[in-house]
Amino acid sequence: MGVRKNQATLTAQEKRAFVNAVLALKANGGYDPFVTTHNQFILSDVDNGERTGHRSPSFLPWHRKYLLQFEQALQAIDPSVNLPYWDWTADRSTGSSIWGADFLGGNGRASDGQVTTGPFAYSTGGWTLNVNTDSRTYLRRQLGAGVAQLPTRPDAESVLAITTYDAAPWNSSSAGFRNALEGWRGVNLHNRVHVWVGGQMATGVSPNDPVFWLHHCFVDKLWSEWQKRNPGQTYLPTAGTPDVVDLNEPMKPWNNVSPADMLDHSALYTYDTGF
Amino acid sequence: MSEDTHGSELTRRRMLQGAGAALAVATGTIAIGVAGPGGGSATAADPGASDSFDEVFQGRRIQGRPVSGGGHHGGTGTGTGTGYEVRIDGDELHMMRNADGTWISVVNHYQTFATPRALARAAVNDLQGATLVPVATA
Repeated sequence: MGVRKNQATLTAQEKRAFVNAVLALKANGGYDPFVTTHNQFILSDVDNGERTGHRSPSFLPWHRKYLLQFEQALQAIDPSVNLPYWDWTADRSTGSSIWGADFLGGNGRASDGQVTTGPFAYSTGGWTLNVNTDSRTYLRRQLGAGVAQLPTRPDAESVLAITTYDAAPWNSSSAGFRNALEGWRGVNLHNRVHVWVGGQMATGVSPNDPVFWLHHCFVDKLWSEWQKRNPGQTYLPTAGTPDVVDLNEPMKPWNNVSPADMLDHSALYTYDTGF
Repeated sequence: MSEDTHGSELTRRRMLQGAGAALAVATGTIAIGVAGPGGGSATAADPGASDSFDEVFQGRRIQGRPVSGGGHHGGTGTGTGTGYEVRIDGDELHMMRNADGTWISVVNHYQTFATPRALARAAVNDLQGATLVPVATA
């Protein structure tokens, strides 16, 4: 069982191991299918029809399973690797170490948004994007351009204080913890971070930027924290809800895992600290 | 009762607008009908859902129009589920409507826009001259 750590606390060796495993997965063809899967769900998850990966209660268990699968793909390359998380309430500047050339690389350049530093710069030859929404095949970022500020710790605390997991109509207009965390309503946590990073992170092919995994790992950690603080609350809805994955229904694309299966992650991984 | 109300609303609009525009309104209304809670009368009054546009923005031709098929649920990957279509230099921008009546596209997926035109302009800004490519599947 692995321990998922705050990326700010990783040693140089841990950073190198994570980056190298990601690059190796990209090189062996195992990375791009994750991008394709994500985009397929982004395009098909709709407020008025079937919705699984986004804008629905299963946003959190779907991404928990998706991250687990990605983490296992990295561990098949290097068993020492666990997903790190990016606490954007703490490391909230364009100069934070997460954007260092020894880790995820920096902001995109002014002319075209292209990331030119670090291991995922196009010029390295090891990070050409194959699953795209437009003709550009290089990684792009525009840190802080789409929205000026990342969510704050009080923002995150206010969302953790919402005791009901989710509510009808179980979509982007819902009240409840899930939708406030996803960001369609309220202070906006998850969506805002995608927009703050910009480039591919603002699009349906957001996993093209490796920071996607660190962002969603923190979203997962916040859900884990909410679960810990609200032991009497659980995933909703429980049964009989059209177009939405109920507690014990299988989730696509796996079809063999339900939200209920994803509630307790303690046998699979833990987090280094509470929020 | 609600159908009568719905019908008279269309009739009223038809009297106020030309026949072509009324058809557009009707199409937009179908899309709104399946948009669920939050997509009701407020969005019916939103000119963004029923109006077409065709303009050059920062050197790119952007076009938007209501399309039929607004009652189709789910992900065809073509955007037909929205009841609206946006093209940039002729290429379709995948888009969808949120329950509150706002819009998102595959280019700006985590940020909502009030009208399809604002969505199209934001996509042009992000593209910086790049062309949209068909949605990659499998």
